[in-house]
Parts: sequence; C-alpha cells; structure tokens
Amino acid sequence: MSASDWREQLALSVESAWPEPVPGLAPARLLDVNAADWGALARAAKELGCRWVAGWGEDGGKEILVNACFEKDGAYVIARARVDHAAAALPSHALSYAAADRSERHTRDLLGIHFSDHPDGRRWTRHQAWAENEYPLRKDFAAAGAPPPQTPPDDSYPFLQAQGSGVYEIPVGPVHAGIIEPGHFRFQAVGEMVLNLEEHLGYVHKGIEKIAEGRDAVALARLAGRVSGDCTVAHTWAACMAMERAVSVDVPERARYLRAIMCERERVANHLGDIGAVLNDVAFTFGFYQYARLREDWTRLSRALFDHRFMMDRVIPGGVAVDLDAAGIDGMREQMRALRPEVEQLIAIAEDNTSIEDRLETAGYLDPALAREFGTLGYVGRASSMGFDVRRDAPYAPYDRLEVAVPIYHYGDVAARVKVRGAETLVAFDLIDRLLLDLPPGPITTAWQPPASEVEGLGLVEGWRGEILSYVRFDAAGKIARFYPRDPSWLNWPALEKLMRENIVPDFPVCNKSVNGSYSGHDL
Amino acid sequence: MLRILGKIQRLGVITESLVARDEAALAQIGEQLRAHVGALFGGSLAIRQVDAGSCNGCELEIHALNNPYYAIERFGVHFVASPRHADMLLVTGPVSRHMEAALRRTYEATPSPKLVIAVGECGASGGEFGVSYASCGAVANVIPVDAVIHGCPPTPLALAHGILQAIERCPSR
Repeated sequence: MSASDWREQLALSVESAWPEPVPGLAPARLLDVNAADWGALARAAKELGCRWVAGWGEDGGKEILVNACFEKDGAYVIARARVDHAAAALPSHALSYAAADRSERHTRDLLGIHFSDHPDGRRWTRHQAWAENEYPLRKDFAAAGAPPPQTPPDDSYPFLQAQGSGVYEIPVGPVHAGIIEPGHFRFQAVGEMVLNLEEHLGYVHKGIEKIAEGRDAVALARLAGRVSGDCTVAHTWAACMAMERAVSVDVPERARYLRAIMCERERVANHLGDIGAVLNDVAFTFGFYQYARLREDWTRLSRALFDHRFMMDRVIPGGVAVDLDAAGIDGMREQMRALRPEVEQLIAIAEDNTSIEDRLETAGYLDPALAREFGTLGYVGRASSMGFDVRRDAPYAPYDRLEVAVPIYHYGDVAARVKVRGAETLVAFDLIDRLLLDLPPGPITTAWQPPASEVEGLGLVEGWRGEILSYVRFDAAGKIARFYPRDPSWLNWPALEKLMRENIVPDFPVCNKSVNGSYSGHDL
Repeated sequence: MLRILGKIQRLGVITESLVARDEAALAQIGEQLRAHVGALFGGSLAIRQVDAGSCNGCELEIHALNNPYYAIERFGVHFVASPRHADMLLVTGPVSRHMEAALRRTYEATPSPKLVIAVGECGASGGEFGVSYASCGAVANVIPVDAVIHGCPPTPLALAHGILQAIERCPSR
C-alpha cells in the first residue's frame, strides 16, 4: 500500500474529504473530522496500522481545536476536530492507542477537553497549583494565574494499590538521590521483585505552552531551546522548522547542514554520557569515567566551535547563529579520527565483560509488541524492533541527501538499548563526516519575516531521544498563538512502567537510565 | 581485563589543575576550595543538588563536575543523596509551583547552618520562564538564598568558582 492510500482510506472511514495539503504542515496533511467521528477515526487509524504521534488542543477563540497526529510509512496526517467551549467533549483515542492516554489527560488538565470514554479519569499534569475547573491554555486564563501564596504538596494522587501477603510499597521522589530531574515513582513490590511501577510526573511543569503565547519568533526559539536542555539543538530546530514552514522562509543550504552537524553532535554527546551512566549503575566505574572523559572532550570542542557547550541558541529562526571555518572543520574531523577507535574499544570492552552482560542482558525487557503498542521512539523503540527514524523515513534537509543507517535490535533489554546507542554514535560520526565534506558555501541566515496573517507550521526532527514534533500557529499580528512541542519522552515514559515489571527494585536505576526520559520535556 | 588495565595505564591521569586552563580570575579555585572546605567544613563539603524545575541543562554541567577532568571530589566537595547529610543545597530553577513544597521540605530537612546556592539564570531570576501560574521564578522567591551562580547553564568551572565564592563568604563556624 502506498503512503497516500492509507490517508485516503482514513478520510473515507470518517466520511471526510481527502486530506488537504496545508503549506506549513507538510509533510503532514490536514484532515477535518466531525467531533462525533473522533473515536471512529482512531479505530480506523489503528486498523490501518498507523502510529499515534501526538495529540494537542488549542483555544481558537470561537471554538476549541483538538488535534491528533498519525504516521505510517513516513507520511503524516493531522486530524482536527472542533468543539464548543461550553460543551468541550470528545471520544477518547486512548482506547485504541495506549500512547494517547496521558496526552489526553494533559489536554484535559490544561484546556478543559473532556474525553468522554477515557479509561483513566485521574488528572495528570495538574497538581495543586491551579483548580480543577481552571484551564491554563484557555485564552481567558491569564499567564500569571491566581496561584495560592504557597502551593501545597500533591500528596493525594490516587496511585494503584496492591494488596496481599508480603506486598509493600516504595514511594520515590520527587527529589531523587542523584543529580537528576524530579518525578515520583511508586513501586509495589514483593521482596525484591517489582509487581508494578507507576509514574507520577508533572513536577517540573513550567507553563511552557502558555508563556509561548505572544512571543515573536526569536523569543520562541529561545524557549524551545529550554524545553529539555539536553536536546536543546533538536527542539530549537523543530520549532524553527515549524515557524519557517509556516511563513515559507527558505533556510540557506549551509545553515541546514550546520543544524544537522550540531544535532548529530548533540546526539553523540548524550549517547556517550548516558552509556557511561548505565555502566556506572552496574558499578562498572571504569566505563563511567572513560565515557565521561570522551563526553567532556566532545563538549569542549562544541564550546570552541559554537561558543556554547550544548550549542544552545545556536539554531535561530532563518538559520544558525555561528558559522564553521576551515580550522573548525579540521578540528572536528581530527577529533572524530581520535575518538572513533576509542569508542569502538570501549564498546568491545563492555560487551566482553561477563559481569556487565549479567546485569544488562534480559534486564528491563520491553517486548517489541508492547513497544509498538506504546509507539516508543528513538533507541527505546529501536532496541525493541521499532525502526522508525525521521531522518530516514520522512527525511528533511539535509538528510534527504544522505543515507542514514538505523541500527535495530530485537532483544528489548537494557543491553540492546546500550548497543543501539553505541551503534548510533558511530553512525553519527559517519554523518558528520559526510556533512562536513558536502558543507555548501554561502550565507548562514536569511532575513526573518513575521507572517502578515494567521498561519500554522509543523516541525519534525529526529533528536537523540527520537522524533520531536513541534507545532506552531502565528496570530494575525505575527506573534505566537500556540506552541506545542512533543518530546519523545511522552511515548517512552509509559514503556518504563511496563519494562520494570518483574525486575528487581535495585535494577530500577539502570533500567531508568537506559530509557532516560526527559522530565522537563514531558512536563512542559 | 588486560585491555582495561592497558587503557588505564596508557591514558594516565587526565584530571587537570584548574589553573592550567583558566583565566587569572579563576586561578587556583581548586586549592582555595580545598583550603576553605578544610577550615569551614572539616575537610568535607556535602552538597545536595535539587532540581526544582530546571530544563535539565544545569544538571548536565553539575554532573560534569564529577567527570575526571574536574573531579571536584579531590577538593573535598561531594554530592550526597539526602538533605540530612548536606551542608549546602545547590538549587536549579525556576522553581515550578509543583516543586515548591518539595523544595521547602528539602530546605527544612537540611541541618543548620546551611548554605543555599541558586544555580543558572532561571534559579537566579526565573530566566526564560519568569513567574507564572506554573512557576515561582527565582529560588529566592521560595527559600533564603546565600549566593547565585549565573549562566545558561553555568559551565563546570563557573560552578566550581561559585561554590568557592559562596563558602568564602560563609561566616566561620
């Protein structure tokens, strides 16, 4: 079946017109759906084998818009339904797609959409900072809100309970033992065996979607760069791509290449650091310090070449903020020549070590069927047979001119996730080499023109955690009316709950690290 | 095993004297840190890091303090798992309203005398996020703050420098 066929079938299933191309939303097409058919749409998409990508809503003034994005064979559809403010209700997609569960609860908490047959009535992103009948993303809700003088702790979230002889509960967080982000994990265990893990996130909800409103393009790019600091390049790129498509700004070729080089550098930095951290969690400190050393070397060169260790704010609307000279290109090549054999050697050392093998293999097993069910992304998906990679399957410039090798494993355990990340590091070296070789001459920015009328745009970028979706709408004054960044963590966090079952409690750190969801990217 | 030992031997010690890399202003941070930590904290400064709403950029750089280049433990500075063991809280922000109570409780659980450092632009002022329905803004809006380390995020060296400055100003016990 060709890519276009399924989109036509999806439209037919809900008696909608053939999905229209909207310039800013390419490669997705827009499918207007009657609110009453919203549930049927998800069933049809599931039947057709589509992947659920993202869901978000928007207060459009006269009515509320609810969006759901699906993908198959690299083609995307954004389905859109319209509901009244007074009766903001829709059927849920969570019955067809487990991945839509938390996203819909987020939309309900922030926008007040009632998903009528949603299987889980509990709040998700909302804790105690605003009331149940207040919706921060409604236009009549001021960004300042009316918070209490002191926000009380959220200690009444109704976690799943387990009962029985010897069953006990371990609450962890939000403040964790290490230098990591806050979130709450509730374990039900017997002895050392985890019966169930339940996550409660939302602790670092900073109102990103709300405070994006009214910004200009430059200010939105800065905010996007702080959705999740560890993938600042990819998030900024996705947001800029969305804005540029919305206003039909053509980014210079050289800037596209430099964006990709920075994005691959970000991938390598995080893979190196995280492989080391996984090894640290099984007490292989040699590996931890070696990878930490390589990550620091890599980060320092980023600072020397792009004037920021994480290349934050180096992607800007219309291009990039820093150019690369011949010496910089040589420096990057030279570093990769030195680094590649080191990474290969470290991978071999870890793979030959029986104590690491004992701890990582079979630990945190994510069944490929479950990975598919949850639509897991990036290395979490690729360690469980899910091959999707935006760079290869829905390529954007400059990846449309490159061959992107996508390593896939089928064992689904911590070891497989580490292997994917090692292999992806080596692939990134190849890609950077190629990008440097082909780096076109010319300018690195093009003049940014704010839009003269209301327009919308979609950005899709393969960050190091996986596919990032970024949606923007400009109002008629050229300011941001809606910004929704969907970090891949939305799809990978639920998988962590499942892959922890029947593992031992002490293996939680290594299992968690092997997934490494972003709290900030998720909580928004 | 031989490969591991070989690699360790060939690589040698890469930990840098901070003096070697840095501008005059940062010269000998490490030694000063060691001296002050020695005098004020009995040779050991225990830090509890609290992410109260950060984008996680600051956490990456705080992590880097423990990599073999900076190896901040050699100066007697180490990160602890419980606020009850801590002399200092290193707080990144902005403080989300959902973390407000957890941050207050962490502060209360830290024995006095204690130092609090607000880290990063967001911890210092609310940064890109400011004050909103979801964010309390600066760390100082929630708990008393003794010092601020600027940067988005601050580099590991700026962090080491900021920690030193904070304990330099600390009244002797």
